[in-house]
Amino acid sequence: MRMRREFLKSVGGGIGMMALADLLARDGYAASVSPLAPKKPHFPGKAKRVIYMFMEGGPSQMDLFDPKPELQKWHGKSLPESFTKDLQLAFIKPSAAVLGSPRIFTKYGQSGMELSDYIPNIARQADDLCLVRSVHTEAFNHHPGQLLMFTGSTQPGRPTIGAWSIYGLGSESENLPGFVVLSSGAGTSGGASNFSSGFLPSTFQGTQFRSGGDPILYLSNPQGVDQHAQRAAIDAIGDLNKEHLGETGDSEIASRMAAYELAFRMQSAGPELIDFSKESKATLEMYGIGKEPTNQFSTNCLLARRLVERGTRFVMMMHASWDQHTNLNKGLKTNCEKTDQGTAALIQDLKQRGLLEDTLIVWGGEFGRTPMQEVRNTLDPDNAGRDHHPNAYSMFLAGGGVKAGTVVGKTDDLGFTITEDPVGVHDMQATIMHCLGFDHTKLTYRHMGRDFRLTDVHGSVVKKMLA
Amino acid sequence: MDSNTMGCMRSVVLLLSACIPTLGADFVKDVQPILAKRCVMCHGAAQQLAGVRLDNASDAMKGGYTGAIIVPGKAELSKIIERTSSKKDGFRMPPMGPSLGDAEVELLKSWVTEGAGWPAGVVIGKAGARKSSHWAFQPLWQGEAPTVKNTAWTRNPIDRFIASKLEIEGIAPSPEATKQTLLRRVSLDLTGLPPTPDLQRRYLADTRPDAYERVVDQLLASPAYGERWARQWLDLARYADTDGFEKDLYRPSAWRWRNYVIDSFNADKPFDRFTVEQLAGDLLPNATLEQRVATGFHRNTLINREAGVTRAEDRFETLINRVNTTSTTWLGMTMGCSQCHDHKFDPISQREYYSTMAVFSKAKDVDVDAPMPGELGPWLASRASYIQKRDEILHSAPVAEWFEKWQGKMRNAVLKPGTDIEWDFSLTSFRVMFDHAELVLMATPEQRGERENWRLMLYFMSNPSHTLREDKPNADKLKTIRDQIKKLDDETPKLTQASVVIDDPKAPSQHIAVRGDWKTPGIEVQPGGLGVLPELPANGEVARLNYARWLVSDANPLTPRVIVNRYWQEFFGRGIVKTSEDFGLQGEKPSHPELLDYLARDFRTNGWSVKKLQRLIVTSATYRQSSKARADVAEKDPDNAWLVRQSRLRLSAEQIRDSALTVSGLLNTTIGGPSVRPPQPKGVAELTYGGTKWNESAGAEKYRRGLYIVFQRTSPYPMLSNFDAPDMSVACSRRRTSDTALQALNLLNDPVFYEAAEGLAYRITTDGPSDIGARIDYAFQVALARNATTSERSRMKKYLDEQPIATAWTGFARVLLNTDEFIVRE
Repeated sequence: MRMRREFLKSVGGGIGMMALADLLARDGYAASVSPLAPKKPHFPGKAKRVIYMFMEGGPSQMDLFDPKPELQKWHGKSLPESFTKDLQLAFIKPSAAVLGSPRIFTKYGQSGMELSDYIPNIARQADDLCLVRSVHTEAFNHHPGQLLMFTGSTQPGRPTIGAWSIYGLGSESENLPGFVVLSSGAGTSGGASNFSSGFLPSTFQGTQFRSGGDPILYLSNPQGVDQHAQRAAIDAIGDLNKEHLGETGDSEIASRMAAYELAFRMQSAGPELIDFSKESKATLEMYGIGKEPTNQFSTNCLLARRLVERGTRFVMMMHASWDQHTNLNKGLKTNCEKTDQGTAALIQDLKQRGLLEDTLIVWGGEFGRTPMQEVRNTLDPDNAGRDHHPNAYSMFLAGGGVKAGTVVGKTDDLGFTITEDPVGVHDMQATIMHCLGFDHTKLTYRHMGRDFRLTDVHGSVVKKMLA
Repeated sequence: MDSNTMGCMRSVVLLLSACIPTLGADFVKDVQPILAKRCVMCHGAAQQLAGVRLDNASDAMKGGYTGAIIVPGKAELSKIIERTSSKKDGFRMPPMGPSLGDAEVELLKSWVTEGAGWPAGVVIGKAGARKSSHWAFQPLWQGEAPTVKNTAWTRNPIDRFIASKLEIEGIAPSPEATKQTLLRRVSLDLTGLPPTPDLQRRYLADTRPDAYERVVDQLLASPAYGERWARQWLDLARYADTDGFEKDLYRPSAWRWRNYVIDSFNADKPFDRFTVEQLAGDLLPNATLEQRVATGFHRNTLINREAGVTRAEDRFETLINRVNTTSTTWLGMTMGCSQCHDHKFDPISQREYYSTMAVFSKAKDVDVDAPMPGELGPWLASRASYIQKRDEILHSAPVAEWFEKWQGKMRNAVLKPGTDIEWDFSLTSFRVMFDHAELVLMATPEQRGERENWRLMLYFMSNPSHTLREDKPNADKLKTIRDQIKKLDDETPKLTQASVVIDDPKAPSQHIAVRGDWKTPGIEVQPGGLGVLPELPANGEVARLNYARWLVSDANPLTPRVIVNRYWQEFFGRGIVKTSEDFGLQGEKPSHPELLDYLARDFRTNGWSVKKLQRLIVTSATYRQSSKARADVAEKDPDNAWLVRQSRLRLSAEQIRDSALTVSGLLNTTIGGPSVRPPQPKGVAELTYGGTKWNESAGAEKYRRGLYIVFQRTSPYPMLSNFDAPDMSVACSRRRTSDTALQALNLLNDPVFYEAAEGLAYRITTDGPSDIGARIDYAFQVALARNATTSERSRMKKYLDEQPIATAWTGFARVLLNTDEFIVRE
């Protein structure tokens, strides 16, 4: 009750009234309505849910999405000083030599989108993609960059985009978490701060699915406790709670009882979710499940589809790491071989099931990579990589609300700066929130005397990205 | 616009101004009306946005945060002209209403061109700085507790304030809670632990009129008290055991400061002293070790050791965090907004923000030996032989020579960056991984001293970079030596370290960061406090000490209000000011302003004794009320702000853990010491950068209280996050509580809680009576500090009947640990 009231009070603008009306409409224990009950956004959004494919570390845009043949001409030479004046990079000096990309770019689909030979499967979905070649960020270090991408601020403590989404929309799942985090590869710089609820109640934090053991922490009964015993325990707990509710009159107890029932349902829903036995062979093959090197990432892709089918609002997939300071060609190839097939299959699968139109897919990292090379060991010239580049990089979106088969933004011949339609991180966030039906300036939460929002005090919706 | 175009435009402007005949602007006739009508509303006595004040000559000529705005004789360099004549919306001044007409701009321009004369004594509007009328900044109310009719109910002055309001509303307070409820409540509130069956028996049997007061005194004297209140302080101090960003390195001596906090609460250290020690203990005359350790309060800030982060940037973020934390903790003000601009709601200017930063910026973060009792003797005794053995190992190869070579290469990278990119990389990581890297590297061994020399040597041995690249045998040799040294260190007695803050008069001066950007320094500022409060005394003390004393000085009414309110919040679930973190204009008003001021005064009068304040609160009739819902006031007072009853409060994450460990008999009651790692499922820590290792603590260590659990910022212990522990990045003044299915799964299935259920079952079956009914009662007493009701008893009998004998009592205990009541204090 306490929390719900605070929650309602803190909710900004129209949402509060809508949520209140929604809650008051229910009879009986109003308090048992969770803050995750489905809620209407500010206006009907084209996307009802999000799958955010976070490619941690900064995938190299000029080797995947933004062809720069000019780089070959500059290969091995330093950029003119006028270009790199005031440039601050994580590791290399602005005078570092340019690194040409050996990748072969081909035009795909009706849109003729030029994409790299490292991502042939994603490329075949070109006509579903809204490719943004002009993303830029203020942060050029991983953790601040990730925080900016997910919370709108480079310092920890604020809610992440997934938390904001379920805070605004609630969840449509009765027995699975509304905001789920799937990970593959290594850990991320941001760790739990990438899916934290920040100053929002922890109800809105991302639930981390583990790759081994229980997908959800503590989902299985303790050893020696079967489902029958679990049910008997929950019934007894429920009866004691009910008596105490009568004794104290505190409706919070009713919420707790509801949470235990949800937990019990989750215990059957969780195993059902990860059980792929009813998926067709064709589906498993399309994703590349059961074979290497695709199995881990593709399993998460299929889980993402199954989660959104079951009402989960926000799925965050994290794959680490794309931080190719060294051995760019090799490292990038490995990452693409792991993720390209599953990513494409997910788009295709959602499409064939009619889910793509109201599911928004976002793919990208916290920044891009430099046109210049980074060489850490001069004795081994093949180990060249690229440093962090915040000034211009690529991300793509697909599905609910975004314009398919389109390229937004341009960069200069070397991919160094944006020449057309810059899209800042806060603009990207504003656009994602717009697809979900939110005016990003109005989805706010009162904290420390201030109405905070995902986009801080910035951001505008990028109209060119919208369908 | 590139600089060429700028240049052209400038010359055009110059030409134009040269051609236009001087109009001969008269300040009083022409300029003063413009300033009065269009400028001083924002740039006058009442407020000085962007630091600009245009109501008197001397302030006007000083300019704002970015520097001068009027350059006499040079209109083209004067921002006042640039801004008023601009065509750009959002940049042009004034920002609201019509822009100034061409004629008005021309008048300003001529006035500036002619030297910006300002007749002596001319002041626009009323002189003098604005004093805020906001309640929180006013002196403490000096009245006494009101007289009330219901004198039979009131036990101390608190109750008279509460009753007085209730009498106006015509509502009766709630009856006193049962003795059982009251004992569990006050035990959980004061020590964070439920009462033992033994304490329950003694208290229930004690029929003396002051039995309750006696038990309160006993709880206040319990060592567990210090742990409970340290935990609350750790929330404000954003305490964690790791750096917070990316690599999120472990801080092996963070706990040393936590020990200081626990000890301070247990000793009931006067809160004013507690304050001064933590902000400036090192500056106190003849500072003791503990007083220096106390300054670890601000060493809990995050550090980003990513290679691309410049130290200046990280230092700036650190100072921002220190200013904001200090402000939230002691002043209940959210200064954060003023990092970038003057506060929109509260009377905090950007200048004041950076003045507060100036208090903290003349300091340096260092680590020092902070031996625990008993450590010095063995350390001293082993020192001579340790040095001898260490030297033997070091002399087994030309390590000193290699070290010299490495230093030379690194110094060269500092002095001539870009000459060798490989050493540039080595320097980059050295800068972020080694505190005060360049300072130490560039100093001579004599300047460094033994401690820093050795720290540098250790870094070199672990990170020799390319020193021995072409000499594999010797590179391997160095590795072996490093391992030998490590082994020797492991075997030798050590001194506990502490992270502290020391004075650094040589630190660069503090400037305003224009728009909050550290790369854009504005004007220099001097250390200071908040302008709405009395000024810091000019006593020649180092600013940090002066500021710390000012926070708790008699002249400052805000700090005692904020502190007593936060303690009140812990006993009632909400503060007298509900927004305990925000006493500003956006915060909520106090429900009982006179009570708040009475308590603040009383707190000061009682020598800032936290225990006395808490004793007053928990012995009040207000505190002792039943927490049962009151249908008669549910609509009038839904938040229970009037306190017609107590509130049922969900226990904190740590209290839930500690309660389970207590009732199961597993709790390890050791006080203080290094942090521990209780069992945590695989796959949690692995999600962090580099997949941090979670090496489970052995033996009884894993049964320590929740406040001792390693707080890994990028991967907090799941149970803590599930039950709403803050993320420890910024000060947290009040925790929110949520109610989720993940919490249910946590309590039902986490092996830690299942083990607690087994422990409780063991107690029930070995210590409890054999009669089923009596045994059930005993179980309820241990777990919930009360007897079962008749219906509960029969329900649980039924449960036991249905379960296999082997697991029946474990299942029974598990049910009790999962009741709402178990994780709530009634």
